[in-house]
Order: sequence, then structure tokens, then C-alpha cells
Amino acid sequence: MINLKVNGVDCTFDGDPAMPLLWYLRDILGLTGTKFGCGISLCGACTVHKNGEAIRSCVTPMSAAAGSEVRTIEDLGANGLHPVQEAWMRMNVPQCGYCQSGQIMQAVSLLMTSPHPTDQEIDDAMAGNICRCGTYQRLRQAIKLAAEKTA
Amino acid sequence: MSQIENVSRRRFLRGSFGTGALILAVRYLPPMLMHVHTKDGQTDADRATFHPNLFVGIQQDGTVYIVAHRSEMGTTIRTSLPLVLADELDADWKRVKIDQAIGDKRYGDQNTDGSQSVRRFFDTMRESGAAARWMLIQAAAKHWNIPASECSTELHMVVHKSTGRSLGYGELAADAGRLTVPKREQIQTKKTSQWRYIGKGMTSVDLEKLCTGKAMYGMDARVDGMVYASIEHPPVLGGKINTLDDREALKVAGVHQTLRIDPFKPPAAFQPLGGVAVIADNTWAAFQGRKKLKITWDNGPNVSYDSAEYKKELRETAHKPGKLIRSVGDSDKEISAAKNVVEADYYVPLLSHVPMEPMVALAEFKDGKVTAWAPTQNPQAVQAIVSSELGIPVSDVVCHVTLLGGGFGRKSKPDYVAEAAVLSKKLGRPVKVVWTREDDVKFDYYNAVAAMYMKAAVDDKGKPTAWLQRSVFPPITSIFDVNAVYGDPPHLAQGWTDLPYDLPNIRIENGPAQAHVRIGWLRSVANIYHAFAVQCFTDELAHLANRDPVEYLLDLIGPPRTLDFTNVEYPNYGADYKTYPWETGRLRKVIETVADKSGWARKKSAKGHGFGFAAHRSFLTYVATVVEVEVTTDGEINIPRVDTALDAGIVVNPEATLAQFEGAVVFGTSIVRSGEITAKNGVIQQSNFNDYPVARINEVPAQTNVYIAESSAPPAGVGEPGVPPFVAAFCNAIFAATGKRVRDLPLSSNSLFG
Repeated sequence: MINLKVNGVDCTFDGDPAMPLLWYLRDILGLTGTKFGCGISLCGACTVHKNGEAIRSCVTPMSAAAGSEVRTIEDLGANGLHPVQEAWMRMNVPQCGYCQSGQIMQAVSLLMTSPHPTDQEIDDAMAGNICRCGTYQRLRQAIKLAAEKTA
Repeated sequence: MSQIENVSRRRFLRGSFGTGALILAVRYLPPMLMHVHTKDGQTDADRATFHPNLFVGIQQDGTVYIVAHRSEMGTTIRTSLPLVLADELDADWKRVKIDQAIGDKRYGDQNTDGSQSVRRFFDTMRESGAAARWMLIQAAAKHWNIPASECSTELHMVVHKSTGRSLGYGELAADAGRLTVPKREQIQTKKTSQWRYIGKGMTSVDLEKLCTGKAMYGMDARVDGMVYASIEHPPVLGGKINTLDDREALKVAGVHQTLRIDPFKPPAAFQPLGGVAVIADNTWAAFQGRKKLKITWDNGPNVSYDSAEYKKELRETAHKPGKLIRSVGDSDKEISAAKNVVEADYYVPLLSHVPMEPMVALAEFKDGKVTAWAPTQNPQAVQAIVSSELGIPVSDVVCHVTLLGGGFGRKSKPDYVAEAAVLSKKLGRPVKVVWTREDDVKFDYYNAVAAMYMKAAVDDKGKPTAWLQRSVFPPITSIFDVNAVYGDPPHLAQGWTDLPYDLPNIRIENGPAQAHVRIGWLRSVANIYHAFAVQCFTDELAHLANRDPVEYLLDLIGPPRTLDFTNVEYPNYGADYKTYPWETGRLRKVIETVADKSGWARKKSAKGHGFGFAAHRSFLTYVATVVEVEVTTDGEINIPRVDTALDAGIVVNPEATLAQFEGAVVFGTSIVRSGEITAKNGVIQQSNFNDYPVARINEVPAQTNVYIAESSAPPAGVGEPGVPPFVAAFCNAIFAATGKRVRDLPLSSNSLFG
């Protein structure tokens, strides 16, 4: 039996402990805001926070999520939009939007550790998140805008 | 909360997944999909009190429903086309609700492909809005017992200015609904100066959902009682199962059973590829079960396909005389007599779409009918293929269109939706087919691999006196006709037939190539390889002539004129040539604009720092692009800046247009840096973003500036035209910085750069 907290709610799971957290969130809990893009930690669409840190849920087995606190995109704006989400809207970042949950969760994590990231720090933090539509220019601006707002 | 009932939670609750699931589900689960139609396929617009036509309906509370019949894959079309209708209606955008249409031929063409949504439906949307507005005015005039000519509209209401009276659209809905719909000649659309939304820029109606995880993609579709399927396809196109051992797969917890899907009967078209489906409780279990399948395959004739050998064949064919596509003067004669002849070979490999959302579809077969939920660019093609695969009438296939997690042309081909329908019929319950990224990369409809042979005779000043260009690529038509080997006119017209140069001798040819994989449309399609060859070869000639590439290009294009395609088969993207003529003056203008805005005249390339230029018309839009590159001493190529100017005629949504052109340079960056699909023994060698990389944030242009021309010409495409000139300009910039000519894409497999 695996116990964990998802978006502040106590959850238990006694299925295959090798099942990635991504599929537990999506198929079992129905939290579909976290996306499947590659399955092997190459694209970042599945990014969530585990104990406050951005992780790739597609390669995080349930066994490794045991006892942790997981936060997904659904909770980020549950009590009013997060400043990063506001900046995303202000800069009109998304095109298809499919990767953006992961981008936003990654950007929130970046700003927690580096409130005023340089371009290099943004590159380093965001290079694991692919956007096939090519919204990188706007999301870089959105991260900077969010950094200003939270300053 | 009632919509939560649509979602299957019972399985989570009945089993062992704990109480958290219920709480989370209630707290966060979004309503099922974007819109639930009634069984007869009606929209909210259809059901509204006032419903003057297919695309709009107004309720008595003033809510305006506008139908989006095209698919949303990130271009903002779900917003932009309804916005045109809202403008003519003088509707308050805040009171508009978008109704996503199911696949239905009553809407006309729904294939969201070819950068044509706005141009095809601009007038329809305007007239639909204007007709509704006309009827609201008639209703108000009748109510006030005054002539309609004394009434006008302001935001969401009809006004009688001289008396200051007004009636809201909601108040008028019932009366307007009793009037006869006007004939086209009775209505008048607005003057451009009266537009309230068109040309102003509007963000997506889905923007907040896209930023909060609430947007519903095909991947997120769920219905009660559904199971998940993952399919092992034949590794070689056209292969069949020899033997299947599924015993280990069936032991995986959560796996229910396996099911065979028949191989397709050539031509492949949009049929399922065949293979073995693993049916399971959840996606993960289906994936795991699939890994345990033991299958031996009869690979069929395509097992001989080797992309390295194939490249040599294409090149050899490109060096032989081909089928004549267009001729001016006598190029062969001039070239054979010429003193100075320049020639070059260009090559672009197979490319994969890799939208972030892999192929996925949910289908339910019930009582002889199919309901599908799919991220599809073409819901009517879904109806057609499901109908033919299951032997049921087209009218018994309902296709709901979810948001698409990217499309780029891949999701115009609904093979994956047909798979879900076939499996649901076999199982008698709803099935969601989920492709892995590996499935997506290995079983795509690839953009054609292409070889281009370019040759020019040049005079003493370096200007061509004769030009020969010959392209060879397996055509898209090969998916519909196994014997098709030559380029078809619509795809040859993509930047090949329509070489816009003012030269006395031009010869344009195409050679044959047999397809061994499924070929399909990918953002910009044949323009990618055609513009690459033409615009890079032009740059080569400019440098050989010691002339400025921009000045040289303008010299080749010649004076402003309309290109004459008399006696030439030139489909012009399916558009009427009188309405959308090929005007060299407009191409010249965007070239001059971008040269000016980028400060081209002041830019001097030097070792390690270069500027490249290219211009191209595609999808009826004229684009010119300047790319700046920096090449570090260890060969790393950075792109500090891109400038691109476009003339797309009337631009309905400039904000969305900027985004499309910003995205196009990123798409082009992937093509140049690393886009390459290869095959050995008929098997695609790439599998995921490790071996089919696409551009990441640290690899793309640091700054992209987009300049949209003011134009009163009819609207043209904006989704695709940004890609082709960027690819060529990027390669020309690399030459300017390194002296190395990129003739074979991508850089990653190029011996000069790899």
C-alpha cells in the first residue's frame, strides 16, 4: 500500500508500484492536466511537483512517490491564478497548449529557487521542456514578467 | 457537478485506489470534453431561439453561440473565425460562446489543413453575421413600427438614434427568429473601417484553460466503461502477423485481452496499419502488456527499404531528364552552349510531425453506431474511414473534435481514430487507443524525402541566362494510389512550378520516386524542400557573382507583375487565380520591408557571424526572412535574431499571426538542425525525442521580429508560410558565417557540421 498526498488530499494506492505517477494521476485520479508526451523524461509535458521540486512524473514510479506531497497544475491555480499563470496569459504564451502545464510547473519551480533568473538560468531550467509549437520566446518573457511581479 | 457523472470513477472507487480519488475527482475533474451534443448532432446554436444559419444562434438572455467548425491545434482558429462572425453581428465578444462542431458535411470543408480556414470561410462568416444582424434590425424596426433604415446596431443591441431607443439582441431573439432569412443580396457586410474585431488581435477563448490544465485534449477524453488499448503495429509498412504469442502479456496485471487488427489493403490511405492491440484497465497496463507480446512478422516487400540507398537513387534520378512541368525559352540549349554553368544538389530527408500529443482517440460502438472523440484536423475524414472500416453509414459516425495537442498535418490522417472504432466494435465497449511517442515517430505519414538538382548558365556579371531545376520525391498521392511516383500538380505548385524569376530560359522538371513509407502533409509540405533548393541556390549564385543577395534576388524576381501560368498546370493552393494572383510586386515589397527593418544594408557577415536571406510565397502569402547566426569556435550555431516580413492580405487576427510566425521559425530550426527520419530493412530507425530531436529553448532564435504588411488583398494563409523561407535563410546565414554551403539537411547528419 502506497500512501501519498496529491494536491493536499491523502491518497492510497495498492496497484503496481512500478506504475509511473503520471498514469496514476491521469488514469486513476482523473487529473488530466498533467500530460503524456514521451514517456521517458525527454519532453517535460508530465512535469509536476514532488515535495516542492519539479519532477517528470512519467518516469517516477509510484514506489518513489510514496510518502511524498505531489502538486499538479490543477492545484496551482485552484485559489486564484498563480503569478506564473497570470504572466502566461498576459504574454499569450500557449498555442496548442499541450506542453504548457509542464512548462508552467517547471517555471514555478525555477522561480522558487531563482526568483530573478538570467537568460542562461532560464535556458538551463527550461531546456528539458519541449514546445513543438515554438512558444519559447513568449514563455521566456512570461518567466521574466512573473519574476518582476513576485519581486 | 452534474457533468462529473459523465466521467467514469466507479473503477477507481470500487477497487483499491483509496478515498483520495473521489475527493480529487470532484475537486478537479473538468467537464467532459468541450461540448456534449445531443444525439442528432445539434449544436447550441441550432437550438437557440434565434437561429438564422448554421453558424450562429442567439438566446433570449443575449448569449450568442457561434460555431467553430475548424479544429483548434494552436492556431487560434477556434477564436479567429467566430470573431469574424461576431464582428459583422456587432456582438459583444464577452457574451459569445463557442460551439465546437462535430464532423458534418453541412459545414462544408472541415479539414483544418493547408492554411486555408480563414480564406475559405471569411466571406461565409461575414455573411452569416451580417444576415443575423439584418434580421435583428428588422425585428426592432417592426417592434418600434419604424423603417428599418432608421435603425442601426451598436454593441449587442439595435438602436434608433433619433429617439435614443435601444433593444438588446436577447430581447429581439424571439421576434427575429420568426422572420425570413434574407437573401445574400439583401444584406450588407461592414466596410473595413467599421470592423470592431477583425485586424485588432484577440487571444484564444481557451487561454485560461490552456494555462490551468483544464483544456480538454483527445488524450483527456473519458467515458463510462472505457478501456485502454496500445497497439503493436507491423514494423515495416504493409507487414502482417506470422505468429503471435500473447501469454506473457495476458499475465500483466490490468490487461484484459489482446485483439488482432487486420492489415490494410493497399493503398494505405487512412486505414489502420494492422497489428495487435493490448486491452487493459489503464494506459500503463496496456503499455506493459504490449512489451510482453511475442510476434513474428511477414514484413512484405518494403523490407528492402534503406534510406541511405534511397537517397542515392533519388539523386541519380534527379540527374536524369524528368517530366517537364514548366518551360520558358529553351534552357537546355542555352545551358549546353554556355561558358559558365553552376550546378548543385540539395537534399531534405523524411520529416516527422511529432506533435506534443501523440495519436490518441476514444470511440464507442453501440447499437450499430459509432461515437468518437478525437484530436483530429479532419472529422469528416474520421466519419469516412470509420464508415468504410465498420461497414456502417457515414451518418452513423459522430465525431466530436477535442482540442489538439498540436497537429502540423499529422492529425488530418485519422488512421488512429479508425483503430479505436474497430476495437470498440470487436469489444462492445468504449476503447481509447493511446499511441506512445515511439509509435508516433515510427508510424507517421512523413513529409517526403526530396532531392533537388539545380543548374544555371550565368553571364559575365553572374546573372542566369538559363535555369534548370528538377525535383524528385515520393508523392503524397502514393498513399491513395500505389502506382503514383510523380509529384502531383498541387504539390509541385508549392514553390516549384511557380519559380518567380524573370529569366529568358527556365526549365522545371520532376522525376519519379516510389514510396516505401506513408507520405503525408507536414506544415508547409513541399514548400520546405522546394524553397530550400531555390533560395539557397539563388544565394550561391549571388555570392559567385559577388553581389548582395537581396539586390541579386530582386534582380532575378524582376519588375512587379502578375505571373502568367497560361498553359501551365498551376492549382494555386486551390484558390481562384484572379482573386489570388501571384504578384511579384508583393514579394518585392516584403523583401524590401524586411531588409529595411533588419538593417540588412548595415549587416556585414564575417567569420563566425553571418546573415542570411530568403523569400518565398506559399499558401498565397508572401514572406521574406533574415536570419543572423553566430558560430562558435567549437562549431556551435546560435541564432541571435530573426526578422520576417509577411503579406497575407487582410489579417483577421494579428496576435495569432505573430504567434504563428514566431512558431514557424522554431519549427524550421528543428528541420535544419536535426530533422531526419531514416530507415533500414524497412524499419524506421528513430523512436523518440532522443533520436528525433526537436528544437529546445536554448537552440532557437533568441529574438524573432515579425512585420505584418497592411493589405486590403483577400486573406491568405498564416500557419505554414513562415517555415520555408526561414529554413533557406538559416542555411544561407550559416554559409555567410562559415563559408560552408548546407546542401544536405539536417546539420546533425551533415558531414560538414555533424
